[in-house]
Amino acid sequence: MSRVNAAKVEGRARGSAWRQVIARQEVGVVLILAAMVVFLSVYTDTFLTSTNLFNITRAFSWIAISAFGQCMVIITGGVDLSVGSVMGLSGLASAMWLVRGVPVPLAVAGGLAVGLIVGMANGLMITKGKLPPFIATLGTLWMARGICNGVTGGWPVRDLPQSFRALGQHDIPIGNVGVPLPLIFMLILAVITSLFLSRTTWGYRIYAVGGNEEATRLSGINTDRVKIMVYSICGFLTAIGGVLMTARLGVAAPTAATAYELDVIAAAVVGGTSFSGGEGTILGVLVGAAIMQVLRTGLVLTGVSAYWLQAVQGLVIVIAIMADQLRKRRR
Amino acid sequence: MSMSGNGGDTPVVYMEDIVKRFGTITALDGVDFTVNQREVVGLLGDNGAGKSTLIKVLTGVHTPTKGQIYFEGQKVDIPSPQVARALGIETCYQDLALIPLMSVTRNFFLGREVTRGFGPVTWLDMPEMDQQAREALKDIGIHLRSPREKVGKLSGGERQSIAIGRARYFGAKLLILDEPTSALSVGETHKVLTYTLNAKERGLSVIFISHNVGHVYQVADRFTIIRRGHLVGNYTRDEVTENDIADLITGEREK
Repeated sequence: MSRVNAAKVEGRARGSAWRQVIARQEVGVVLILAAMVVFLSVYTDTFLTSTNLFNITRAFSWIAISAFGQCMVIITGGVDLSVGSVMGLSGLASAMWLVRGVPVPLAVAGGLAVGLIVGMANGLMITKGKLPPFIATLGTLWMARGICNGVTGGWPVRDLPQSFRALGQHDIPIGNVGVPLPLIFMLILAVITSLFLSRTTWGYRIYAVGGNEEATRLSGINTDRVKIMVYSICGFLTAIGGVLMTARLGVAAPTAATAYELDVIAAAVVGGTSFSGGEGTILGVLVGAAIMQVLRTGLVLTGVSAYWLQAVQGLVIVIAIMADQLRKRRR
Repeated sequence: MSMSGNGGDTPVVYMEDIVKRFGTITALDGVDFTVNQREVVGLLGDNGAGKSTLIKVLTGVHTPTKGQIYFEGQKVDIPSPQVARALGIETCYQDLALIPLMSVTRNFFLGREVTRGFGPVTWLDMPEMDQQAREALKDIGIHLRSPREKVGKLSGGERQSIAIGRARYFGAKLLILDEPTSALSVGETHKVLTYTLNAKERGLSVIFISHNVGHVYQVADRFTIIRRGHLVGNYTRDEVTENDIADLITGEREK
């Protein structure tokens, strides 16, 4: 009897495979992105040119790279508000070493180390210091920005070597188009972080901490270690974004990336990362970051006043989250 | 007071004179607690009596202020849940044990994932874990639709059954069920009680914690009752009726 039932149920499971694909959280945002791209391609002459497309992707690559880390943090049920400042600080650190004659690889490594250290400090304050993530990372947001202003006296660091700027400005020729280097870095990091989250024990535990921290702890997993790790990874990835951004701009201003934490968090959330923890994918984040950037460019191309941009972006974030809630309730 | 066991001479667990204080509050004041081989012990007491604290001392969540724990005759320190698990003590907490957003398989192997790879580069072996989870659950009579199904979609009884199946699969010697039937329908409760007896038949000892005297009475060989951090006593099933137990929990009557 039970075997008959099992067979029947299995058949039903196979039949609903398609429905499972639809229920996947990324599908909704991919459709939204596709709709936006189609609309803009038809409505404007300029959107579907490789120059514009690569400008878009270059501009969102460092946001997306930082958002991969933010995604992991949000999956554990936390949030990292310091990413904008860390992006600025790590890029600035690299730049300051570069103008003092430190070789490019060392200066870049130094910038990444700065991000890693700030991230680790966030993790330690949250786990060992028992601070809520919002408070701890709000503190590092101000501290990192304050250090940026303090060490520069408010002046930007200029005249960065060409070999460094190439990291952000060089295009790799693939076929007959030049693909921006930051885009390639972003895609490689997307694959690595995605595999890390979905295929490794540590990734498994990141979801577990967000899904039910108490149960995870009782299962014998050191949840503090998992949290310190995700904040460290977030700081490190954000620093990669910061270095790429600085290389692209060719100058490190102490105010660089101010308020970028909002773009990063928006990318993660629009991409389906749930603030209640336990849910989110790198693919979703990638699409979320793309949506935000296409929206920004699209509004400009369609002639919407730049002064209205933020209002529309805010609206899109709210709609995206409401759509996600609806999808979950129907499940 | 009698201390009957069915089977081996050495108790699986003997907790001696356990004291646990939180600041100025004394949660446990010199409690002795024994679980024999292949025995189902019902641990009973009112809210705040100290049941949960006693179990948390045993599972390494709390460190006792005073007292010793013997596991299979050996004196042991249980400073963390990892250590408790390594000894073979598996706990199924009421709602805490599983992660609703994750699949049955992932919950089953949480903290003990099966991986493949070489050196530091390892990845999860999901097909193997799916296969093992399905077979382990089938083995104790639990049929799942799919091991990939999210635990949040399962009924309360099914969730308990996964926790019980997991304990057995990983070679637990002592299974602790914390309020396993509190939120379940009559049918589901019956299933969980059956799984409990199945687990005993297969050689496990079980601590069954509940408010519901009726449920405990159906499966337990012996009842340990605590009240306000003190041991009231141990009673075998033929010594007491359900009503006696209820009176002992509330302190209406001393025996």
